[in-house]
Amino acid sequence: MYDSVKVITGIIIFLFLMTSPLWYNLATGKASYVPELKIDSTETQCVESTEFMRENHMELLNTWRNEVVRGGSRIYRASNGKEYEKSLTNTCMNCHKERTEFCSKCHDYAGVKKPRCWNCHNEPNLETSQEGLVYGN
Amino acid sequence: MIEYALSGTKKYWTLIFSLIVIIGIGFTAYLYQLREGLGITGMSRDVSWGLYIAQFTFLVGVAASAVMVVLPYYLHNYKAFGKMTILGEFLAVSSVVMCGLFIFVDIGQPSRILNTLLYPSPRSVFFWDFISLGGYFLLNLVIGWVSLESERKSVPPPSWIKPLIYLSIPWAISIHTVTAFIYSGLGARSFWFTAIMAPRFLASAFAAGPALLILLTFIVRKVSTFDPGKEAIQTLAKIVTYAIIINVFFILLELFTAFYSGIEEHTQHFEYLFFGLHGKSALVPFMWVSIILAITAIILLVNPRTRKKEGILILACIAVFVSIWIEKGMGLVVTGFIPSPLEKITEYMPTAPEIAITLGVYGIGFLVLSILYKIVITIRNNEAC
Amino acid sequence: MGINRRSFLKMAGLASISGLGIKGFTKAFGSESETTKDKKQKLALVIDMRKCREEQGCRDCILACHKVHNVPEIENPKHEVKWIWKENFEHAFPSQNHKYVSDKVKSAPSIVLCNHCDNPPCVEVCPTQATFKRESDGIVMMDFHRCIGCRYCMVACPYGARSFNWEEAKPHIKEINPTFPVRAKGVVEKCNLCAERIAKNELPACVEACKEKAILFGDLNDPDSEIRHVLSTNDTIRRKPHLSTMPNVYYIM
Repeated sequence: MYDSVKVITGIIIFLFLMTSPLWYNLATGKASYVPELKIDSTETQCVESTEFMRENHMELLNTWRNEVVRGGSRIYRASNGKEYEKSLTNTCMNCHKERTEFCSKCHDYAGVKKPRCWNCHNEPNLETSQEGLVYGN
Repeated sequence: MIEYALSGTKKYWTLIFSLIVIIGIGFTAYLYQLREGLGITGMSRDVSWGLYIAQFTFLVGVAASAVMVVLPYYLHNYKAFGKMTILGEFLAVSSVVMCGLFIFVDIGQPSRILNTLLYPSPRSVFFWDFISLGGYFLLNLVIGWVSLESERKSVPPPSWIKPLIYLSIPWAISIHTVTAFIYSGLGARSFWFTAIMAPRFLASAFAAGPALLILLTFIVRKVSTFDPGKEAIQTLAKIVTYAIIINVFFILLELFTAFYSGIEEHTQHFEYLFFGLHGKSALVPFMWVSIILAITAIILLVNPRTRKKEGILILACIAVFVSIWIEKGMGLVVTGFIPSPLEKITEYMPTAPEIAITLGVYGIGFLVLSILYKIVITIRNNEAC
Repeated sequence: MGINRRSFLKMAGLASISGLGIKGFTKAFGSESETTKDKKQKLALVIDMRKCREEQGCRDCILACHKVHNVPEIENPKHEVKWIWKENFEHAFPSQNHKYVSDKVKSAPSIVLCNHCDNPPCVEVCPTQATFKRESDGIVMMDFHRCIGCRYCMVACPYGARSFNWEEAKPHIKEINPTFPVRAKGVVEKCNLCAERIAKNELPACVEACKEKAILFGDLNDPDSEIRHVLSTNDTIRRKPHLSTMPNVYYIM
């Protein structure tokens, strides 16, 4: 291989840069916690089970969005037989009132910025609703 | 072949560097627009399309004009255009890049642009516009690149390129027809609601595009030993002459229909453009400049003695280009909104950030053009040696 | 080693393009699944301008609509957002305007809003189907999630019914209605015939707010409805009928 010293040094530097997020988190300990979610509500049960919601909450919200806006169907029949209004603001946020204590905890940890729900959808605590104003798209 | 664009004279690198600076300024302005919203432009609730869409409309025409070189050479064996076709094809590539970028900077929620692909809507003309522009871009890029590569290797181009070339001819007509359909199918906008919109677009495209191509050819001749030939330039000049005469004729036809019938819904837009309406006359000086330039260009181009003098030809081509840029860009697009469907007048003037973003996109287009032309020039220079 | 690299790349490219293309085509020509109601409604409004003129300077319907839907109040007229507003006769009905229009008609502006046309040009031109006509009730709806903000619908609308969010709306809303979302900048919006209120069997906000009961709301497909009765016993006009948009807002002048 020509310039083998330069090439191999380059590869090592590249690998280091590519794995740098791991080293950074290890060194600063910023990621060494499990996000703690607070729910300020008297309800004991969500629309669906915790395991289901953990895996599918975004898909559920997207389905609700299409069914309400495009299909006009606003009532959700949950697997436990109860009926709920398909609404992020009126149903979900009724129990998970503090976005910063619930949604943001995991989304910030995982760095999942999109979709920018809070640019438009209201939160029960309207003071934090101004924080939802995220510039750009 | 792209390595040819990575080495050049001081003048070449000055050009590239200046373009990058312009692009940088435009990009910064675009970040500002992303943050604050499209309200930083001069557009309004009544004039919802402005400078960006005007540039898009104009540049689709420039892109389509490559057919004016390809058709005579490949369909009718007009050998004089042999060295010119690659310049036309690469001009088309860079124009389509700019068209796409002008649409992108005009979009309110650009992160959702892929929705147009995820939810295709064949009833919307935009859908067909994206298909035809995307296809045209690929066609010209592939045809140009493969032809040039074969030339560099001194071998005939592969046989599969021929059907693509033949396809690009009606495709070029289609891209500008579809762009005209964006406007001509809207009953709401009486200024655009005319069947002659597509022919007007094509005529102005075939005047402005080849005019620009002639100017670029002169520049290429100055900075290299590559010369597409006097006959090629003169034939192109004749094409520009006929096209601009037909374009002016089409506009006169429009004026007749509007003013002979006296239907206010149609006349009021022309009145605003040429004379001002209810005291609002922002576009009037621009339109009269456009007319004077067009008439001057026609006089200079029709007379073979003035057309054959290269200095005068250059001036005439600049006049054609600027005249059509004004008439098709601001004149056509903005006037469709003035007066509004409710017969109110909201005027439009682009703002500084809007102009900066526009210049940035033009910078990107010229950068693409410079890189592609540099490759052509290097290969032709080498051949000459 | 039966296949060479070039052929493999060609096949892979073709396969991926056709895969995406088929998905796109089925989406384009397949129909979106919507709720099927027993009978399709055709919702419409009749605006009785005789009653509207009773109270000069009244803006109850506008205030109600804009409050319920978090429509921002933007001072710059170029950026204004409005779902329902007042226009003088010459602007609302330009093709019917003339020099000797009656004082009665000139005295008070007409209420204008989206006409929820049967043949809406805005729906035809939308490249993402972010605006669409609901089959179940005929409302021309906006899907704010899907809108890319190209403003083609605004260009196509003959009634100027649509507004674009040229800047962030939130700073311009005095009191946010928490049960209805605000819109982010970069999307187009317009009257949605209070689809969210109709779903709860409430009347549209403008209909409910009008003290004179000048706006009548109903289903044109129901031959026994009040709106059908009013249409058959009164002279009504619509805006720009020659464009064949088939608007569903009728005016009694």
